[in-house]
Amino acid sequence: MAKLESKVPSGPLADKWRKHKAEIKLVNPANKRKYDIIVVGAGLAGSSAAATLAELGYKVKSFVFHDSPRRAHSIAAQGGINAAKNYQNDGDSVHRLFYDTLKGGDYRSREANVHRLAEVSVNIIDQCAAQGVPFAREYGGLLANRSFGGAQVSRTFYARGQTGQQLLLGAYSALSRMVGAGAVELHTNSEMLDLVLVDGHAKGIIVRDLITGEIQRHAADAVILATGGYGNVFNLSTYARGSNASAIWRAYKRGACLANPCYTQIHPTCIPVSGDYQSKLTLMSESLRNDGRIWVPKKKEDRLKEPGAIAEVDRDYYLERMYPAFGNLCPRDIASRAAKRVCDEGRGVGETGLGVYLDFADAIRRLGENGVRERYGNLFDIYREITAESAYQVPMRIYPAVHYTMGGLWVDYNLMSNIPGLFVLGEANFSDHGANRLGASALMQGLADGYFVIPYTIGDYLASHKPGSRPSPDAPEFMAAEAGVRALNARLLANKTGVPVDHFHKRLGKIMWEHCGMARNAASLRKALQEIPKLREEFWATVKVPGSGATLNQSLERAGRVADFIELGELLCLDALTREESCGGHFREEHQFPDGECKRDDENFAFVSAWEFQGEGKAPLLNKEPLNYEFVKMSVRNYK
Amino acid sequence: MVADNSSTPLSVTLRVWRQAGPDQPGKFVDYPAKDLSPHMSFLEMLDVVNDELTTKGEEPIAFAHDCREGICGTCSCTINGKPHGPGRGVATCQVYMRSFRDGDVIVVEPFQAQPFPVIKDLVTDRSAFDKIMQAGGFITVRAGSAPDANSIPVPKEDADLAMDAAACIGCGACVAACKNASAMLFVAAKVSQLGLFPQGQPERDKRVLAMVGTMDSLGFGNCTNQYECSAACPKTISHDFIARMNRDYLAASFRHAFKPASASTGGAG
Ligand SMILES: Cc1cc2nc3c(=O)[nH]c(=O)nc-3n(C[C@H](O)[C@H](O)[C@H](O)COP(=O)(O)OP(=O)(O)OC[C@H]3O[C@@H](n4cnc5c(N)ncnc54)[C@H](O)[C@@H]3O)c2cc1C
Ligand code: FES
Repeated sequence: MAKLESKVPSGPLADKWRKHKAEIKLVNPANKRKYDIIVVGAGLAGSSAAATLAELGYKVKSFVFHDSPRRAHSIAAQGGINAAKNYQNDGDSVHRLFYDTLKGGDYRSREANVHRLAEVSVNIIDQCAAQGVPFAREYGGLLANRSFGGAQVSRTFYARGQTGQQLLLGAYSALSRMVGAGAVELHTNSEMLDLVLVDGHAKGIIVRDLITGEIQRHAADAVILATGGYGNVFNLSTYARGSNASAIWRAYKRGACLANPCYTQIHPTCIPVSGDYQSKLTLMSESLRNDGRIWVPKKKEDRLKEPGAIAEVDRDYYLERMYPAFGNLCPRDIASRAAKRVCDEGRGVGETGLGVYLDFADAIRRLGENGVRERYGNLFDIYREITAESAYQVPMRIYPAVHYTMGGLWVDYNLMSNIPGLFVLGEANFSDHGANRLGASALMQGLADGYFVIPYTIGDYLASHKPGSRPSPDAPEFMAAEAGVRALNARLLANKTGVPVDHFHKRLGKIMWEHCGMARNAASLRKALQEIPKLREEFWATVKVPGSGATLNQSLERAGRVADFIELGELLCLDALTREESCGGHFREEHQFPDGECKRDDENFAFVSAWEFQGEGKAPLLNKEPLNYEFVKMSVRNYK
Repeated sequence: MVADNSSTPLSVTLRVWRQAGPDQPGKFVDYPAKDLSPHMSFLEMLDVVNDELTTKGEEPIAFAHDCREGICGTCSCTINGKPHGPGRGVATCQVYMRSFRDGDVIVVEPFQAQPFPVIKDLVTDRSAFDKIMQAGGFITVRAGSAPDANSIPVPKEDADLAMDAAACIGCGACVAACKNASAMLFVAAKVSQLGLFPQGQPERDKRVLAMVGTMDSLGFGNCTNQYECSAACPKTISHDFIARMNRDYLAASFRHAFKPASASTGGAG
């Protein structure tokens, strides 16, 4: 049984972080350089952490599987980043951002973590502006804002439709500066394949150099994972093709608890699937819901008509109808399920019937085509490239797609997992978004963790470990882990003939989407739990990985990742089956109100599910961290 | 403008550069690709071809990709002689099969440039760009030390222009398109972005000198004003930024040569 101590400091909510910072242990400046810290991943969370820890004087080793830190998946974030600056004078505050995020998460996150996130949000914007991030500005030269779902204030900062890119390049610049200064040792094309524990503490990793195939052992005083989300367990998603769960999954197999894996986010506005060959789904930013209106025909018979031929009275602007207070800007889980519902009723548009309109006709009348182009031009261009249609002339067709994973490795208030010395940041941890993440808050969390939280909290761990006490990478634990990685790769390369890896990924994705997608029920989840182990068996018996492990071998990389996704998919379904309630992105059909809204069960399920590996072939153990709300009353979310 | 939306399948022949490793000889090999949907992306077509190769027991074609939506800068194929292929303002992953005709022979190579050695097949080593960034592509600001963001207003025109430059995805198409393998557009974009902000002024001279110096030392060539770089850029970054950087570089070199430097740089504690 894992020990899950949240370590949330005592005292009033608004004082906790300040008090904690004042009380935790520090490492003195001269000693910092005696500690080595491994940071795996250089997205927003990893690069901001690596740069900041190096600035403080720690010796940092940064590992990414990409050929450059600048390519991390954070680069793809479009819409924006939240911060409680209240530059609009529209009533925003730290408390309001905290409350919106907690409520958006359907009361399944930790109060104290979310409050800290809202507190440091303001520092993030300062930091990024100082780095030269080209945020959108007003004519007076001050920063501009837009609105995002789940909020009634305008607190989202953005850089055209490329906010993630610009924030990542800011963090990448900071990281590059420290690499140039010799304070960070950068390992690109390097994939972590195992975590090494010595005396129960995380003390290193095993890495494969993706170009030469060399397997390496790296030791450190602490290990940070900032390896992103696991949404590609669904195969088709808005994630980059390379995004994967292997780092957190292999840490899980070493004893780190995986929390709330079933909390997955389905984003309402993505370009619909067009064919079986499809490799990814493209997001149309939530910011479009500021000006676009979502509708389907009222009558089934109209669904294949040209949209322009459907009269205003025959259109159902269903979000505006069902949620008048928030309208098109209601939270993602709600907007996605509403789209599914109208499509299930047979009113979906496009050839497949799995689509709804996102219409800019009103916005074009109001702002002119150029006004709309100025706000969303790049998104309209992407849409045209993919669909060969102009959204200035016909409404976009959109459908929900897998987009983000709220679940992740369990961490305490210090962002340390239940394995001492293993810290987890960004999307890879579970801590701040509960059962549903609000738009523009993942970028905020990644940078909060990296720039402003871990630099303090890691000291608390390191201060109780003597400098120079880290083990040698030749210690038996490292040799054993290396041998394990070699054996796994050999097994993947063993089959002489067979089926390509992608085939299994597609099949896994179909099982997950069908049985554990936007709506879940016990019978269907049980079916998935039968099908996945069969798929796993078939995978090992017939997967074909050509070539050798001694060169660049992209099939081998994918095979390892898909093997992990298959196992993770099973745990995800088990978690979904166990959570007999609906909350946020986790919708159990058995638990809904007559109007189709989520029916949460605070009496029995106000806890974090932290799954613990018990060995191959054994059922994982469910640990529960109770969610104690000291300051906010858990209530039914209402966006009406 | 509802463009070509036909769904008639097409078949093409791929002529692909195959090279087993950095020091190995490479050659073009032909592969048929049949009955493709025009709505398929170019990289999805490569996925299909690779699955066929794998099933036959042959090694699939190695190619770089990740986001598949034109933002990460990983994909990097020269298609029919043009970095990122047909179309303007798109990356390789945003090329769709509807850009080709039934029966076409499509020649696919890696980005060819001396500072980007081939690793395997269509994958090259572009770490030289990271090295240029490490030399000076930043504004020094320690986490926690920044002033309130609105305490430094920036004229909207400057911020917009900075964003135009900052849109660079670091793919290297500019280098591959240039007959001199110049990295001027890449470097100019970063130098211009940071130089347009008040925050970027203290290190402005140092930055341009360090970045240009590193670029030269890594074997990138000179710019001879052909502007193939902007034409191939998936973000259509303007070559005007190169002129802007040249001005910065000249001014910085001049100041560097004549500016008196303080003898004491550190504080005596
Ligand atoms: C299309 C899209 C749009 C989005 N838009 C927004 C938005 O507008 N606002 C918002 O707040 N959020 C948005 N998000 C969510 C947000 O972008 C992500 O949640 C966030 O960027 C994740 O950052 P990260 O640092 O945790 O991980 P990532 O950016 O995914 O980085 C992961 C890093 O880990 C490395 N890595 C992974 N595994 C290994 C391994 N085994 N070994 C070595 N290295 C490894 C990778 O190389 C990479 O550097 C969007 C997401 C998508 C998909
Ligand atoms: S794959 Fe990311 S830009 Fe093409």
